[in-house]
Amino acid sequence: MLIKRPNDILPSDITDLKFYQRRREFMKLAAAGSILGASSLLPPEAGAQTAGLAKLNAAKSPLSTVEAPTAYKHVVSYNNFYEFGTDKADPAVHAKNLKLKPWTVVVEGEVKKPRTLGIEELLKLSLEERVYRMRCVEAWSMVIPWIGFEFNQIAKLVEPTANAKFVEFVTAYQPEVMNGVRLPVLEWPYVEALRIDEAMHPLTIMSVGLYGEVLPNQNGAPVRLVVPWKYGFKSGKSIVRIRFVEKQPKTAWEKAGPNEYGFYSNVNPDVDHPRWTQKRERRIPDFFASKQTQLFNGYGDQVAKLYAGMDLKKFF
Amino acid sequence: MQLSPAKLTILKVAVFALALVPLARLVAGALVFPEWLGANPAEFITRATGDWTLRFLLITLAVTPLRKLTGWGWLLRFRRMLGLFTFFYGVVHLASYVSFDHVFELGEIIKDIIKRPFITVGFGALLLMLPLAVTSTNAMVRRLGAARWLKLHRLIYVIGPLGVLHFWWMVKRDLTEPVIYALILALLLGYRLVVKLRESCAAPATVARKPA
Repeated sequence: MLIKRPNDILPSDITDLKFYQRRREFMKLAAAGSILGASSLLPPEAGAQTAGLAKLNAAKSPLSTVEAPTAYKHVVSYNNFYEFGTDKADPAVHAKNLKLKPWTVVVEGEVKKPRTLGIEELLKLSLEERVYRMRCVEAWSMVIPWIGFEFNQIAKLVEPTANAKFVEFVTAYQPEVMNGVRLPVLEWPYVEALRIDEAMHPLTIMSVGLYGEVLPNQNGAPVRLVVPWKYGFKSGKSIVRIRFVEKQPKTAWEKAGPNEYGFYSNVNPDVDHPRWTQKRERRIPDFFASKQTQLFNGYGDQVAKLYAGMDLKKFF
Repeated sequence: MQLSPAKLTILKVAVFALALVPLARLVAGALVFPEWLGANPAEFITRATGDWTLRFLLITLAVTPLRKLTGWGWLLRFRRMLGLFTFFYGVVHLASYVSFDHVFELGEIIKDIIKRPFITVGFGALLLMLPLAVTSTNAMVRRLGAARWLKLHRLIYVIGPLGVLHFWWMVKRDLTEPVIYALILALLLGYRLVVKLRESCAAPATVARKPA
């Protein structure tokens, strides 16, 4: 990237989160206050609204959206992480038991230099804040200020061979703390995969944090994939193994419902889920699903070329 | 156990108020306490009203078996109210789908109902409840005559399985909850089947035998 921005300011530094979330209320109160001359109506001092996890420094990125991020409390309380239960409130309750130390990511397969990378090494890669739209296959969406590094940085470390056509991402399997894996809801461990050019695309990141802090467990700590133009389930959480392979891998959701969840799973308003429309979405925490869903989740300018000439209805 | 008319009235008011608690919680959550409904309040409301439709359906279906097992005839006096609450929560459920999910786009809604089996089935179940709700008044019972009224209201034996099927097909992967509903429904309908079979077997031999 040619465009360099100062790397020391995060939105969370500029405006306190709690203050930001209550901006309308604040404006109203401020207006009322000025009318009544009663400054006591102003909200009490604004405290931190994040979980107060370890801070991360990250450069801002021109690839970020300017849309308002979804409130931290929603981002960390409404999660699909089936290893910890199928209800969206489950992960926030149960994922605290996830064993994070030691954490290594094995990078192997069609590569010249297979590596086992400790989370400490990954945190030393150049981190950026990427504010991305996240569209779930269930027709809701959020805007999340991720912190992470481009996946292609990992590729550089291991040097994929010419045979590397796909990349497989394997999620941690810790049956002793994952109450959800007792049920055969999906095949465990959870496996997701991308075509190599999708994985190498600058929008594809491995995230290690959000809202200026390390990832909460329920969001896929300590390191997860984020592919903003695909449905959320493509972005595997708590990754322990990355495999460069020649053949297109079978992913967990493809195995579970091949007619409902395709390998590509690009956000596409014209390809309905068999059981619901994908034309519109609900931006959390809105009541009405009044947002029109965009092809490639609005990242078409950057990624449409990856699929030139492909029938997106066939390769859904 | 007998119940005096006064006690019956008090109990009826109490059941009525209790049946409104789930709705009150949703309204309060939507208007005053957003943290009650979480990050996706619309989904919460749609799920909750769907759940309560099925729960009231099962409670309604439990009245007759309970009455027969306990001998408490007055339980029958609650059946209409419970049935109407089933219908009521079903209508709120439909309304949340029509408004929150489809923002009143009628064309899309009709397509959705035709195209997606789980919605077809759920919508069908609610539609079948409509004649039961309409004929729930005493005047309608008289107009139809008890025999025809009873026959019509056997539709509930179709509505029940359709409702559970709707839930079953809606769930993405984890079938635990729909299975629980299906088992309870099977138990309630199975009880009726057993009673019916016993009666038809026992009737010719011992006419005076009490029903089970």
